Amino acid sequence: MPDKRLKRVDLIFSEDCIYKDVLTKALNKSKEDIIKEILDSGLRGRGGAGFPTGMKWKFTSEQTESEKYVVCNADEGEPGTFKDREILTRVPHKVFGGMAVCGKAIGAKHGYVYLRGEYRFLKADIEKALDQFHKTLKEIGSDFQIHLLMGAGAYICGEESALFESMEGHRGEPRNKPPYPTIAGFRKKPTVINNVETLVYAFMICNIGSKKFHDLGTADSRGSKVFSVSGDTPIPGIYELELGMSLETFVEEFGDGDTKAVQVGGASGFCVPRKKFKDTIIGFEGVPTGGSMMLFNSSRSMYNVLKNYVEFFEEESCGQCTPCRVGCQQLKKGIEAVKKGEKSAAYLDSLQKLADTMKITAKCGLGQSVANSFSSIVDNFKEEMIY
Amino acid sequence: MPEIKELVKQLADKHGRNRESLLPILQGIISEERYISDFAMTEVARELDMSAALVYGTATFYSFLDTEPRGKYVIRLCRTITCDMKGKKQILRTIEDLLKIEIGETTKDKKFTLLETNCLGWCHKGPAMLINDDAYTELTPEKVSEIIGDYMKNR
Repeated sequence: MPDKRLKRVDLIFSEDCIYKDVLTKALNKSKEDIIKEILDSGLRGRGGAGFPTGMKWKFTSEQTESEKYVVCNADEGEPGTFKDREILTRVPHKVFGGMAVCGKAIGAKHGYVYLRGEYRFLKADIEKALDQFHKTLKEIGSDFQIHLLMGAGAYICGEESALFESMEGHRGEPRNKPPYPTIAGFRKKPTVINNVETLVYAFMICNIGSKKFHDLGTADSRGSKVFSVSGDTPIPGIYELELGMSLETFVEEFGDGDTKAVQVGGASGFCVPRKKFKDTIIGFEGVPTGGSMMLFNSSRSMYNVLKNYVEFFEEESCGQCTPCRVGCQQLKKGIEAVKKGEKSAAYLDSLQKLADTMKITAKCGLGQSVANSFSSIVDNFKEEMIY
Repeated sequence: MPEIKELVKQLADKHGRNRESLLPILQGIISEERYISDFAMTEVARELDMSAALVYGTATFYSFLDTEPRGKYVIRLCRTITCDMKGKKQILRTIEDLLKIEIGETTKDKKFTLLETNCLGWCHKGPAMLINDDAYTELTPEKVSEIIGDYMKNR
C-alpha cells in the first residue's frame, strides 16, 4: 500500500503569482484546452464525493442549451470542516477565478456563490472582493458575472440538488437523480456545481499546468487537499497536505500521543480506530474526506461522539423521505435504549441493519451516509455503546 | 403592523416578486425583526402573489429563519462534538446563569434569545457561538461573561 510521508503543499493560499496574469492566461485558453487541463490533472471534487471535476465540466460543456450556470457550493456544514471559510476569507479571488474559468469552459455567463448563513459575517468582505474581481474581469475583456446568495442554516443545502432548490426559493429538499446537475441543475439548466476548494485547485491547475498537480498524490487521489484538523490535537487548524498519506502518518503529526480514533470526513464520514491507522490511506482508495479530521483521545466516550452525530442527522434530515426521517429518529432512540439497558446488546445489530437500509433507500447523500459513522463507530467500539 | 407591511414592500422592491426573491425577502425580515411573524408571512404571500402556505413551508424549513419571537440578540451556541469537548457545557451554564434563561428561551426584556445550533465551522477554535451574525470563538466562562456583559450594558 502506498504510504506517502506527510508533505505540506502550498497551492491554495500561496500568493506568489500575479493574479491578473493567471486569470488572463487561463481565460485565453480555449474551452477544450481548459477541460483537457482539468481532466489531465486528475482533480476530483473536494467537497467529499470526489467526482472527477474535468468530467463534470466536460458533460456540461457538451449541453447545447444557451443558458448554463456555475455554482460555488460554499454551504460548508459538515461537522469538523472549516476550510472553505478560511479559503473564502483569505483567497476569495482565486475561488472567483476558478468560477470564471469554468464559465469559459462550459459556456456560462453567470456564476453564483451560495454561502451558508452561519458565515454571514463574511458577506461584506466577499461582496467587496467581488466588486474588485468584476473590475479585473472587465479589464481582461470578460463579461462573466458572479452573484452572492445566502443560505439560512440548513446542512442539507450542501447537497447539490437541495442547494438549487434553495437558490430557487424553495425548501431545501433534494431532488431525485438523475437527471444530474450537468443536465438539469439551477433553474433546471445545465450547471456545474463545485466545492470552494475544487474551484481554487482548478484555477491553480490552469496556472501551474496539470502535470505538477498530477505528480502529487496517488493514482486514485491526485494532488493535495486542505484538511480541517480539530478535536484532541495540540495543533488544530487548516493544513494543505499531499494526498495519499496513511492515518498513522497523519496521527503522528497531529495527534496528542493518545489518539484512540479519528473521524475522517465528519459526521457523514468514517471512524477509524487506532489499530487500523497503519493500513488506512486518507483518500479515495481508503477513507475519503471533504477535509474534516476529528481526533479523539482515550478520555473520550465514543458513545457520546456517535450520539452527537445521530442527533445532528436527526435534526438536519429534511424529512422528505421516510428512511432518513424515521431512520435517524430510531437510531438515536435505539442507541439510547441500549446504553440504558432497556434493550439488549443484540439490538445494535438491528440498528445496523436499519442503517444499511437507509444507505440504499434514502433519497440523498445525507440519509445514505448516516450508516458510515454509525456502523464504523458501533463496529469498532461496541463495548462503549453498551456499558 | 404598518411597519411590517412597509418593510415587506421595500424588500420586494429590492429583491423582486418571484419565487427566487422569497429567501432574500425572508432573510431581510430577519435582519430587521429577528423573526417572521404569521402576519409578516401573509404579507409576503400577498406581495409575491403566492399562497401563505408556501411562504410558511419555506420559512419553517430553515433554522435561521425564526418564526417564533426572538430577542434583539440571538445567541447560537455550537453543539457539535468538538466544541463540546472543549467545554461547551460550561459555556452554556455560564450564559444560562447570566441571562436566567434556558435553551430556546428569551429574556423578559426581549434582549436575548439562547439557542443551540449545529457546526458553526470553528472547530479548531471551540467552543464557538454566534450572536446574530457575529462569531465568537475560543470561549471560556470568563470570556463569554465579558462578551454578554458588554451586550447587556452597551447595546
